[in-house]
Parts: sequence; C-alpha cells; structure tokens
Amino acid sequence: MSYHNPLTPPRKSATFDDHTLAEIRRAAATGIYDIRGGGTKRKVPHFDDLLFLGASISRYPLEGYREKCETSVVLGTRFARKPIELKIPITIAGMSFGALSGNAKEALGRGATLAGTSTTTGDGGMTDEERGHSELLVYQYLPSRYGMNPRDLRRADAIEIVVGQGAKPGGGGMLLGQKISDRVAEMRTLPKGIDQRSACRHPDWTGPDDLEIKILELREITDWQKPIYVKVGGARPYYDTALAVKAGADVVVLDGMQGGTAATQDVFIEHVGMPTLACIRPAVQALQDLGLHRKVQLIVSGGIRSGADVAKALALGADAVSIGTAALVAIGDNDPKWEEEYRALGTTAGAYDDWHEGRDPAGITTQDPELAARLDPVTAGRRLANYLKVMTLEAQTIARACGKNRLHNLEPEDLCALTMEAAAMAKVPLAGTDWYPGKGGF
Amino acid sequence: MPVFDLSTTPLRELNSALHGLEPGTNDTRFEVVNPRGHHAVAVGIDSPVSVEVHGSVGYYCAGMNDGGTVTVHGSAGPGVAENMMSGTVIVEGDASQYAGATGRGGLLVIKGNAASRCGISMKGIDIVVHGSIGHMSAFMGQSGHLVVCGDAGEALGDSLYEAKLFVRGSVKSLGADCIEKRMKPKHLEKLAELLEKAGVTGVKPEEFRRYGSARKLYNFHIDNADAY
Repeated sequence: MSYHNPLTPPRKSATFDDHTLAEIRRAAATGIYDIRGGGTKRKVPHFDDLLFLGASISRYPLEGYREKCETSVVLGTRFARKPIELKIPITIAGMSFGALSGNAKEALGRGATLAGTSTTTGDGGMTDEERGHSELLVYQYLPSRYGMNPRDLRRADAIEIVVGQGAKPGGGGMLLGQKISDRVAEMRTLPKGIDQRSACRHPDWTGPDDLEIKILELREITDWQKPIYVKVGGARPYYDTALAVKAGADVVVLDGMQGGTAATQDVFIEHVGMPTLACIRPAVQALQDLGLHRKVQLIVSGGIRSGADVAKALALGADAVSIGTAALVAIGDNDPKWEEEYRALGTTAGAYDDWHEGRDPAGITTQDPELAARLDPVTAGRRLANYLKVMTLEAQTIARACGKNRLHNLEPEDLCALTMEAAAMAKVPLAGTDWYPGKGGF
Repeated sequence: MPVFDLSTTPLRELNSALHGLEPGTNDTRFEVVNPRGHHAVAVGIDSPVSVEVHGSVGYYCAGMNDGGTVTVHGSAGPGVAENMMSGTVIVEGDASQYAGATGRGGLLVIKGNAASRCGISMKGIDIVVHGSIGHMSAFMGQSGHLVVCGDAGEALGDSLYEAKLFVRGSVKSLGADCIEKRMKPKHLEKLAELLEKAGVTGVKPEEFRRYGSARKLYNFHIDNADAY
C-alpha cells in the first residue's frame, strides 16, 4: 500500500501581503517613501454602508419628473454681505494651477458654471483663465500664500481659509520641480525647477483666537462682502467645527480621508485622519449645540461619487458637498483610452496616482504643454457639467422617494446602516433594528 | 485731514474710508488716534494714501498694504504689514511676531526690535529692523531683503529660498540650509540703499554679514533627511 504526502498549498501572510512586501522592497531599493496623489485607497466605512429607507405607509413619495424637488443652497448667510447661491449642492473642491494644467482648471470652471455651482482655486493662486471661466469662484487662503494678493481676494466670490485637508490633516504639500514651469514659478515667486514646499500651518496665526483675528482682517480687506469658509481635515470634527464657528466662519468645509491631494506621502494618506462618514455627525452636532445648524453652512467632501453619496451627506446634516477626485475622473483622469501610456508608466487606468510627476497621459495633472493640450477644456467642461447634473438628478430621485420636496429636507431618519461601524459613525440604526452603537449608553 | 478716533469710531469706518477713495481725490492723508491695540487697522489699502497711527496697534496692522504709507507711532502686534504688496510701513516702536510675513513688495521699517518669525515666508518685501529679531526669522523666505542692525535669534533663515539676509550683530544660529555668504559690491550697494530708505544712520554696510540659501535642499534627496 502506497502513501503519498499531500502538500498544503503555499500560503501568503495576511500581514505581509503582496502590496506590503512590494513596498518594503521598493523602500529598500530607493531609500525614499512613496509619494502619490489621491486619497486613501484602503477600504473604510463609507456612504455605501448606508441605505435610504424610502417611502412607506407612514410617509408618501413625490412623483419623479413632476413634483418639484428643490436643490439650491445659499452659502455665507451668517456675516457676508454677498452670500453665494448655488443651484446645486455640489461644489468643486480646491485644486491648484500647478498641480493641474491650465486647461484642466478651465474645464473645472466651465463645468461648474454650466451646472450652476462654484469652483475653487488652490495652492498657487488664481489665474485669469480660471476667474474668467468660473461664474462663482472660491479663493483659497493657504499656509504657503503662493500667489496670494488682495486684488484676487477681492475678485473672488468667497474666501476659503485652508487649515487642513482630509488626505493629510496636519500636513503640508510638495510640488516637485518637474511641474514647476515658468508660469507656475512666477506665480509662486520661486525659481523654476525646484521643489516647492507648501507649509503645513499658516505663517501669521496659530490657534482659534488668532484665526478669529485673521478672519476679521480678511473681512475688513474685502469690506465684509465675501463669505469666509474655513476648511479642516477630518481629525477632530466636533471641536474643529465649533472653533471655526467661534472664530467667525460663515461656512465650514470638512474633508474626510478619502479626499484627494496632489501629492503627499502614502503613509500620511493612509494613516492620518478619519473617514468622511465618521466626521459628519460630530460636525453637525457642534453646529446644533451652538444653535447654528443651517445658519453656518457645512460642506462635506472626501469620496463623494454619486447622487446617492450627495443625498446621504445631506441627510446626515451637510448643506453641500464638494468633489475633487470625481471631478477629475469626469473630465478624463485615469481614462482607459490612455491604457497603453499608463502601462508605459508602470501602472494601469484606474490606478494612476503619480500626479506629482507631471506625466499624466490625460493631460490633467501636468504642466507639460503637449500633454496638457490633450485636454479640450470645452469638451471636458461639458462632461463635468453632465456629471454634476446626473448626480443632482440621482439625489433628487432619492429625495422624492423619501417624500422630500427639497434635498435639504433629507434627514437621518431616512437612513439605516448595513454595518455596525457605519451605524456607530453615522448614528443611524442598524438595518432592521432601532439601535446603533452608543445609543442609550450601549 | 480726516481723523479717526478708534475709541469712538468703529474700525469699519476707517477701513471703509481707506478703500473707497475716488481717483484723483486730495484727501489722501489720514490720522488715527486712540488705536488702543485694535486689530486690522488700515488693512487692504490699495491707493497711495498716508496713514499716521498715534499709539500701538494689535494684529495685522497695514495687512496687504498696496501702495500706502502707514506709520505707527507706537508698537505693532503680530503680522504687521503681512503680505504687503507695495508701499511703506514704519513702526516707531517694537513689532511682535510674523512682521512682514509673506510680504511681496514694499518696505517695512521697524525702529525697535522684532519678535520671532520676522519675514517668515517673505516673497519680495524689504524689511529693515533697527534693533534685533527673534528666532526662526525669514523661515522659508523666498525673495526680498531682511536687514537687521542688531542681533538675530536662533535658526535664522531656516529652509531659505532666495531671500537675502543681512545681520550686523550676532546670529545665535543658522537654520537648515542657511549659510553665510560673501558680501559682494552689489550687496553693499543694495544694503546702503535700504539703510538710507529706512532712516538708519551711523551704520555702515560693511559692518553687516550676509546670509543666504545653500540651495542643498532645493530638490528632495533622502540623504538630506537629517537636515530637517
């Protein structure tokens, strides 16, 4: 009788998986940490873990295509003499000229304007093209103050003081030398070709008491006309929201860890900050505790992809959302039509994140004139407008199904959660129950 | 000459008046009394007006000045003349931290001492300090000139880009990538010009030493990681 020894198949470690092993080898070979663009790639609790309940006997739905479902929102009603009105509650997040090509910035402005919403400058200042093609333009006031000047401050429609961003709360940025063209260098007052560090904190204020004075200065310079936003990364949303409000913000922008960046360390993106889903309820709670919910508007960003995400963010208490990565995808980022070129760069469509290197085949995250020329800003702007309109229609579809004649009438009671984690973070009941972790002290 | 008494007049009225000047107006001289440490005094000036402030001011006096001449007959709080575009700001007393932060042009004169982070992230402004400056001054300074007739604190010019620093007295320490550089005739000439503009007398350009960027950290390299 013969025996054979059955072999167990090779088993890879869950701790040392293929990606981890490859990263160790890459670090050992190059001696530098991985820098990339985008937001977190790990799976975190997100809007997908929430569902709408829809109408039933206790509440009736509204007729699609017939009954009105209002989508507009006014931002900056607290102190600004000239609040801005958006036709849809979806804005375009701050992305710099420098990180993005001029054509890409123009496309974002065109698309936002067609859809009746705002777009936002970024680190590096405001370009004439961007101003010209954006009916509503939010001017970011950043720690680096690259390109900052009072003329642009006054010709903006709102000012966004950036304290942090979701991809890297507590971190600055780096625009590598290869993306520093003559024009980018001139706007930032730095020599061409050198790495440009964006500071992690503002040079002339620290802490909430200083911020209050800084906001006073900006209001005085702009004669109290412009709404002033304060943008924070998703770190301590309750206290950051409360402190921004205390400092005098008209609008709080809250960016979760799925929010993208032009370039930072992968370890930062993946290990610092909280998921968007975990940030919203504490921020809303802070506004409610201060009696200012809906009076100081809350814009939520980080991983917004669809009208369902918009509806869920609004149901949890946001007044608007902001999109960055999704807007870039809409205008052509990571499009499979460039697959051959993505492969030549050692990646594949859908995974390309070396935005800092300036070799984007889609012509978006680059300053290379030939690559940038690939993006037609008119066509790309139309694509963005289409996408924004689809998102709005999707959100309206859900709102009507929940019996709401206004997107902002969506509420947490319209939601349930698929997972314990999402239930705890969003403070909505686990599906089929009337309970979420922490409710009633349990 | 319009006089604004900030003990009785809201700050808004002062700044509004400074921003609302008609082209060609003759009323270009303003006086501010009883500033009593008010913040944001005379900010956002965008025409060649002259403002005399009698007393000490709080944060961001003359912030983003573009073409005006603001004189503070007292001391100034943090961020005086921050992000100045052009014009002149003179502080007769001392200045707190961040004086001239991110300034892009114009001349800031501090006749007393300046605290820490003087000229932080400066982008073209010229700053002349008759006295001494605190630590971390000219951090990430991109361009412009910082002239210090007294001493400089720790970590002067840390992570400096192309701003030029001149110090007459001692420097407690230099920051990362900041080194002493040879004073050339063109630097002496510039220094003489700035000293004269700032009303510094009895001091010769040859008494100063020049500091600038070693430019070793301009492009990231892992072997330089110890510098941070």
